[in-house]
Amino acid sequence: MSAGGNVPHRLPTGIAGLDQIMLGGLPAERPTLVSGTAGGGKTVFGLQFLSEGIRQFSEPGVFVTFEESTGDLRQSGASLGFGIQGWEDEGLWVFVDAAPVAIEDDMVVGSYDFGALVARIDHAVKRIGAKRVCLDSLGAVYDRFRDPSTVRLELFKVASALKAMGVTSLLTVERPEEFGPISRLGVEEFVADNVLVLRNVLEREKRRRTIEVLKFRGQPHRSGEWLFTIVDGEGIVVIPLSLMALRPHASEERVTTGNHVLDRMCSGGFYRDSVVIVSGPTGSGKTLMTSEFVAASAASGERCVLLSFEESLEQLMRNASSWGIDLAALERTGKLKIICEYPEVASLEDHFVAMKEVIEEFDPQRVAIDNLSALERISTGRGIRDFIIGLASFLKQGEITSLITSTTTTLLGGPSVTESHISTLADGIILLRYVEYQSEVRRGVVVLKMRGAAHDKQILEYTIDDHGLHIGEPFHGLSGILGLTRSVSAELEFGGPSNLG
Amino acid sequence: MVGISSYRFRLFVTGETGRSRQAADNLRELCEAHVAGFYQLEVIDVLDHPERAEEDRIIATPTVIRLDPVPPKRVIGDLSDLELAAIALDLPDTQDGTKGAGDWT
Repeated sequence: MSAGGNVPHRLPTGIAGLDQIMLGGLPAERPTLVSGTAGGGKTVFGLQFLSEGIRQFSEPGVFVTFEESTGDLRQSGASLGFGIQGWEDEGLWVFVDAAPVAIEDDMVVGSYDFGALVARIDHAVKRIGAKRVCLDSLGAVYDRFRDPSTVRLELFKVASALKAMGVTSLLTVERPEEFGPISRLGVEEFVADNVLVLRNVLEREKRRRTIEVLKFRGQPHRSGEWLFTIVDGEGIVVIPLSLMALRPHASEERVTTGNHVLDRMCSGGFYRDSVVIVSGPTGSGKTLMTSEFVAASAASGERCVLLSFEESLEQLMRNASSWGIDLAALERTGKLKIICEYPEVASLEDHFVAMKEVIEEFDPQRVAIDNLSALERISTGRGIRDFIIGLASFLKQGEITSLITSTTTTLLGGPSVTESHISTLADGIILLRYVEYQSEVRRGVVVLKMRGAAHDKQILEYTIDDHGLHIGEPFHGLSGILGLTRSVSAELEFGGPSNLG
Repeated sequence: MVGISSYRFRLFVTGETGRSRQAADNLRELCEAHVAGFYQLEVIDVLDHPERAEEDRIIATPTVIRLDPVPPKRVIGDLSDLELAAIALDLPDTQDGTKGAGDWT
């Protein structure tokens, strides 16, 4: 039984991102209810729970199906990359087929219990030494026996038996609507102390899947809904929000920004693990700054991924070459990978997973993303926030120096949705602004925030020519030249609790 | 045409409980009343033979399967209502006229 008396230890599910929000995993050796509407991903969740157990922890599993045929389940598993058939042959996976035998209902005369079900699960668990069990789904049992009070009592006994077997179990249950009761019949009160809710909602024509830890009886977990997506060949991927405050260490190493004056303004460059936002209106030089950042990466022998959501590859290369940067040549060295995507080709969640995969595969020291605002077009407010937080978290964990651009909504600056979300997460914020100075429109750059160190807070003038971006002298003797940007500056600078700048 | 054991039943129970005994007793009583001399009865305790429950995909106990005559029938419960159980198992009428459901002749 569980270690430490009443406090259950945790069993990592191995599902990407999920264990982070559960603070380690499911309560070990306990049943957990997984509630969701039709199409919410309950069965996938159950299949993956067992699959990851086998793949990552060599923990055999038993899948009890009340509804779908074992053939269908093997097939669903295969499409997600789970080789169930093979595991069955190796004695790592056993199905307990509790689906109805005939189309015709069994007749009930007199009282009964689920003794046979418990005996079968127990038998299967002992036979392969299973550590994980999934029952999918309890709703089908109710439909079959039509006697809610007996079924509830019997399911409670099943849950108790699972506990006694020392297995960590998932019990799925249907939910009539996304924000109604947890289950149709109040099963959760009887069956499990721990409840996860899967949601699948349409919001502004975008499908949004989330998972929420509704309760872990008396145990800590992260609250709120967390985005997830279901990826072919992989299964569920939960997109965890940043756990920045808990980050064990921060890098002290500096890397060049690609512009030596900007390096100086940042007291020696960006920190190795920092996420830096470059904010500016159209034409202010964000893509140029990105290109210089990328070029500097190659010059110092580092690997770099450039993700562009705004321009075609040809346009991107043409722009860069007009500033004397040959991106094609850099790509040929194998140190640079450029990916140009239209935001509209996929959902934000799918973009996230694709970006994550590219980055994990290429294993870069630097990542440049141009431009985050383009992704706002395909997202809802909540979605973009989760996306940014998840992305920043992922990049930091990998100690990847990241430059992310964001377009201001007006030519003269002003806040963007993206910025208000990321301001507290970013280690550095650089503003590029048009400045009215002595009756001329000039360009000014300021390092608004840079984690952990003193930095130059002067607004410096810069120019752009065919050699790149040139930062010059401060605008002296004037105040209020950031004019419209003052309010956003204040918001960015003092916007959040984790501001270390 | 009907042979000596034209009725064949398999009863699944869990352990030696009152409910298990009740089910077995009720089933025997039904058989004696409706098909005396023409039946076989096998009782399986799933605690001793979980693999048998697996083969027949039994969830609830007691469950009786009428294997013969085909098509098979399954009835869940301790059969405490004998009349209803006779109907559910599709047994012929008794000699003394107690109704079963079947038109077996």
